[in-house]
Amino acid sequence: MPINLDDPKRFRPLREQVHQVAMNMLRPISRKYDRAEHEYPKELDMLAAMADGLEQSGTSEGAGAAGVRRTDDGSTGNRNGSNLASVMTVAEMCWGDVGLLLSMPRQGLGNSAIASVADDEQQERFKGTWASMAITEPAFGSDSAQVSTTAVKDGDHYVLNGEKIFVTSGERSDAVVVWATLDKSLGRAAIKSFVVPKGTPGLKVERLEQKLGIRASDTAVITFTDCRVPAENLLGSPEVDTKQGFAGAMATFDNTRPIVASMAIGCARAALDLTRDLLEKAGVVVDYDRPAVTQSAAAAKLLQLESDWEGAYLLMLQAAWMADNQKPNSLEASMAKAKAGRVGSDVTLSCVELCSTVGYEEHELLEKWARDSKILDIFEGTQQIQQLIVARRVLGITSAELR
Amino acid sequence: MSLLNNLKGGGRHGVPSAESRDPIGYLVAGLNRLAQSDLLDRVGLRKQAEQAVFTTTSSGFKVVAAAGRRFKRAGTSGKPGARVPGASGDGLFDLTPTEEEQMLVDVVTDFATELLRPAAAAADDACSTPEEVLSSSLEIGLPILGVPESLGGIAETRSAVAGTLVAEALAHGDLGLAVSVLAPGAVATALALWGSDEQQQTYLPAFTEPSEKGVPAASLALAEPAVLFDVLAPRTTAVRRASGYVLNGTKALVARGSDAELFVVGAQLDGRPVLFLVESSTPGLAVEGDPAMGVRAAGLTTLTLTDVELAEGSVLGETDGSTYAECVRFSRLAWCALALGTAQAVLDYVTPYVKERQAFGEPIAHRQAVAFMVADIAIELQAMRLVTYKAASLVARGKDATREIALARKLCADKGMKIGLDGVQLLGGHGFVKEHPVERWYRDLRAIGIMEGAVLV
Repeated sequence: MPINLDDPKRFRPLREQVHQVAMNMLRPISRKYDRAEHEYPKELDMLAAMADGLEQSGTSEGAGAAGVRRTDDGSTGNRNGSNLASVMTVAEMCWGDVGLLLSMPRQGLGNSAIASVADDEQQERFKGTWASMAITEPAFGSDSAQVSTTAVKDGDHYVLNGEKIFVTSGERSDAVVVWATLDKSLGRAAIKSFVVPKGTPGLKVERLEQKLGIRASDTAVITFTDCRVPAENLLGSPEVDTKQGFAGAMATFDNTRPIVASMAIGCARAALDLTRDLLEKAGVVVDYDRPAVTQSAAAAKLLQLESDWEGAYLLMLQAAWMADNQKPNSLEASMAKAKAGRVGSDVTLSCVELCSTVGYEEHELLEKWARDSKILDIFEGTQQIQQLIVARRVLGITSAELR
Repeated sequence: MSLLNNLKGGGRHGVPSAESRDPIGYLVAGLNRLAQSDLLDRVGLRKQAEQAVFTTTSSGFKVVAAAGRRFKRAGTSGKPGARVPGASGDGLFDLTPTEEEQMLVDVVTDFATELLRPAAAAADDACSTPEEVLSSSLEIGLPILGVPESLGGIAETRSAVAGTLVAEALAHGDLGLAVSVLAPGAVATALALWGSDEQQQTYLPAFTEPSEKGVPAASLALAEPAVLFDVLAPRTTAVRRASGYVLNGTKALVARGSDAELFVVGAQLDGRPVLFLVESSTPGLAVEGDPAMGVRAAGLTTLTLTDVELAEGSVLGETDGSTYAECVRFSRLAWCALALGTAQAVLDYVTPYVKERQAFGEPIAHRQAVAFMVADIAIELQAMRLVTYKAASLVARGKDATREIALARKLCADKGMKIGLDGVQLLGGHGFVKEHPVERWYRDLRAIGIMEGAVLV
């Protein structure tokens, strides 16, 4: 079949359903939980139950974390599978509200990690668990090899000690996937991830952050003090393989980066859709055939924003399509996240400017989207980290050469 | 009036009209006049400058259009022409080209690497395309890519994706030469898409079964010299007569205008933009060199139409503006494809350069300020490519791609130019001199978003 970059036909009905959910469930409570930071969005419980039901009935291709696992069913030929379905549905949910999507029960980033690296027994054992992800510490962000939370083997347990920050859904989740080092002197290879259920003695949610955006999502500081975790909760191999290094843990990111890109895509489209509507009511309509320079500055700006958005959107689809087709996609995943992250900020901030006072007031959601979008150019690898990854790959140079 | 104009400072030489001269200004202007005078040369005070060739100067050279061949009328007037169907699809997202497309791209890539790139610098300088490049482009079938099999071409379905991939591969060799070799195909494709049976039978055989005269040079002339030029509102006019039409106006940046034997010209008829087929032997056509910042190898010219009388059957497609608008879109899509090839050339050139070039004891690629520029070139180029391919795949399947082509054009104009700019910057001073091709790519990439016509997929 020839090249076709149109939205995959088979996922359009699914996306339309999710669009209805986003419009009718998330939007009405979007401002409410932006104002009531740290209040639990109870409306999401029903939505999560619905999503679980869809998943069990097999009608869903995974509307979130579940959809990032690579499966090889041996089929040849072109596949449009769960990765494409995930980015399309997550984008649609984030058209509704990014903070609420991040607060969806059982759809945490920890679930992505479990889906990506857990063995079959662990998959089964942690089924239905809402897992958050704890990587960042006070002393490091992007440089995730600097993990200083320790895990010491003691009989059939590991004992964890350390402090984690920026844990999304850290308070609401059922368990935390924690990155800790078995031996700091061995560097990246000694970093392992552990599933720590809430209620485990020594795990304490210290406080919740107050944030610029995605305020519906709780962001926690969690400490681990002599926290004993069963050895079978270690995800992946317990061996310290210095040759393999970081690859295992980092593989999660190849899967989650297109998802974060899709969040930026959805949020930016919300801003574009509303701005186009408001500008039309103000008498500004984009003419796709006339040169931008012969149209009003507002129309020309909207054209530029939409063209950038379209580029980011297709980079996102490309990364997901490659994952669906078993093609290595870490370069494309980083390209998608880099482009979507910066386009998300440019679009949402420019839409506030285009709609001027109406854009800045809280009557509309434009100012909120401009706050929500910023995090999407930061978490799961900042803009600069993506540029590093892309640059190393394109130039064929190592992380020692380009630091 | 002319005296007043002479005394005024502004309005010429890039000086805004409102500028005025003060006494010192008059003195300097007088000295300059003397310095330019032949007198100095005649008395041997200055080395004689070489005579500039026709194409590198736009002043004072005008010729009638190429004599051209006689196209023998054939076919049935009023009968619709043959059309290829749109490509089919299974509705799946897919980035893989078909086997035929890939084979075509491989052939064209070889052609671009072995012929276009080595010829590019000299062609840019000479403002023309070497004969061997033109003849080789015919051998690989470029002009008939968009012509249906039933009319002797190679298209089984709408060939927009193949055309896009081919234009991209050619521009990786050189954008100006790509425009030159694609120009006849643009007219042939237009005939295939919109021509009546009579028009197809009259003109297409010259492209599909070339005589000893070879495939005719042909040119799609849509652009005009105007500030804030809007291609959808051409100033060239067509007036209906008892039998036929009379055209008046000026087309700008017409590729290969001096050797084209057949033009497709855009003109306003009854307030709507319409395409006309104009043979170069028609009285009233004049061609003048119109060299520009870039795309120079394409032999850009101005085409002036003065009371050009055309026969009844010379309108190509509809007169309601729909054919014209479609033609503009498909042409813009081709320019996007050209941008991809040139931007990829930039990336492929700067990548080894920044790894070899040393500064402060290590390759400059080891610096984030440099490496991130390269990363952004790669990211934006791939975004340009995907948006362009999406538009092309919609066109190939016969779907409306107005929005997608507009987005591709905007993205390719903005990011393509940024890539050209950064390409020069990454080479520093070396990027500014003609020893390296990045300065040419910088000039060529400025064409995207400005050029209309010339190429078409």
